[in-house]
Amino acid sequence: MAYSDKVIDHYSNPRNVGTLDKSKNNVGTGLVGAPECGDVMRLQIEVDENQVITDAKFKTFGCGSAIASSSLATEWLKGKTVDEALSIDNMDIVEELALPPVKIHCSVLAEDAIKTAINDYRVKNGLPALELPKSHH
Amino acid sequence: MLTLPIYLDNNATTPLDPRVLDAMLPYMTKMFGNAASRNHAFGWQAEEAVDYAREQIAALINCSPKEIIFTSGATESDNLAIKGVFEMYASKGNHVITLTTEHKAVLDTCKHIEKLGGKVTYLPVDAEGLVDLKQLEEAITDKTILISVMYANNEIGVIQPMREISAIAKKHGILFFTDGTQAVGKIPVDVEADGIDLMAFSGHKMYGPKGVGALYVRRKNPRVKVTAQMDGGGHERGMRSGTLNVPGIVGLGKAAEIAKQDMESDTKRISAMRDRLEKELLTIEESYVNGSVEHRLPHVSNISFKYVEGEGLMMGVKDLAVSSGSACTSASLEPSYVLKALGLSDDLAHSSLRFGLSRFTTDEEIDFAIDHVKEAVSKLREMSPLWEMFKEGIDLDTIEWAEH
Repeated sequence: MAYSDKVIDHYSNPRNVGTLDKSKNNVGTGLVGAPECGDVMRLQIEVDENQVITDAKFKTFGCGSAIASSSLATEWLKGKTVDEALSIDNMDIVEELALPPVKIHCSVLAEDAIKTAINDYRVKNGLPALELPKSHH
Repeated sequence: MLTLPIYLDNNATTPLDPRVLDAMLPYMTKMFGNAASRNHAFGWQAEEAVDYAREQIAALINCSPKEIIFTSGATESDNLAIKGVFEMYASKGNHVITLTTEHKAVLDTCKHIEKLGGKVTYLPVDAEGLVDLKQLEEAITDKTILISVMYANNEIGVIQPMREISAIAKKHGILFFTDGTQAVGKIPVDVEADGIDLMAFSGHKMYGPKGVGALYVRRKNPRVKVTAQMDGGGHERGMRSGTLNVPGIVGLGKAAEIAKQDMESDTKRISAMRDRLEKELLTIEESYVNGSVEHRLPHVSNISFKYVEGEGLMMGVKDLAVSSGSACTSASLEPSYVLKALGLSDDLAHSSLRFGLSRFTTDEEIDFAIDHVKEAVSKLREMSPLWEMFKEGIDLDTIEWAEH
């Protein structure tokens, strides 16, 4: 199976690989997937007082599409408010990266990671966790 | 000059040896006869070429030329052997014993005969990938007609103890079939000394052409017969109908001749390269060889690089053509069943790469492969949350992973 140019670009030059201090109150961390399934994503956001995501970092164990999906997600997250970030849909990622059907689960995982990170941030800051749709991964 | 990408997937298929191609070419144009045409020179020429190939192959595996049945490849040979014995010996019993690590062509054929009322025992293997002989013998019942154990495994290269298995089969009066696809032409295979009754093998795994293979069927002690799986002109002693693929057969014959002639020198050179590759790659932290290193084909190495996912790694080593035990592309997301049969955890199975060298692999290519893999593993680990956790001393087994 051939990868799209965008997947190759994100894989070869991943944006925002790294780790934020998860003990900080304004950092939300989402760790999703499982090693047995061959993909684990950790996505982190740093939020300022205006609810704007000022930084996003990821680390991913997975195939090229999983790495590209999380790399793209961090790009999209930066500059968005937390509420805006909630509207990122996995199908947007599929479209942007031209993922084939067998790789859609990578985009689903990225969306899960975003929402899990946002929930982590919300709970840390005394907000109720949002109900996450059951992962279809 | 190094030409990229480098092909290290020779368990999937091998390039055609130019010497084999030279032998084949005349049989595609000038000498195009049907080997079954008995009444003119074109047919005689073709038949002569087929007979010669039979001799070349017989010499490689130490059998009589009459014991070679030509087929379209190892999958067909596997089907013909298992289904053919199942049908031919139906009055004796309906039980077949095989391994969980067999190729799909064997496993799915066994599944098929189960649907026809057959009983199949799928034996597990140990952590090295080897059959447990005691367990094998215990699985035998008075209905057992066939033991089907591969000669060498396609994913990890592990060689099963042929002589011990055949001794058990003989003791109980059971036929012994082996899928020899990965072994024939690579290591000495002797159907007499190994006590094999039926053996499948293929042209394209031994520098021959695709679309041609053979089934060895013993004619003496005991005389083995299989029920044909295709009806037609009764070619190949009635066991496999269909006009013979003369150029393919000539190619398989030539490939067998070269294998016999060059095996010793090829093996020496290839195994030295494989050992160097493996030794260098094992200097990478948290990397492990999968399967027995003692009982193994000389040209294969299967290595897991923990905390890195195999498919992602293959993309990282884009200048190498290798394969992975990970199956992120398949709908099931299930990693290699062979690696899992060794007791590997899913994450280690997902982290594996298989390197398969050939007689055309060069030292320069191995040097490049070593650097390329080291670089990619290190880059991906920098990106891996699991690697970070491992480095922080977190036991990954204690984490409650999100349900998938």
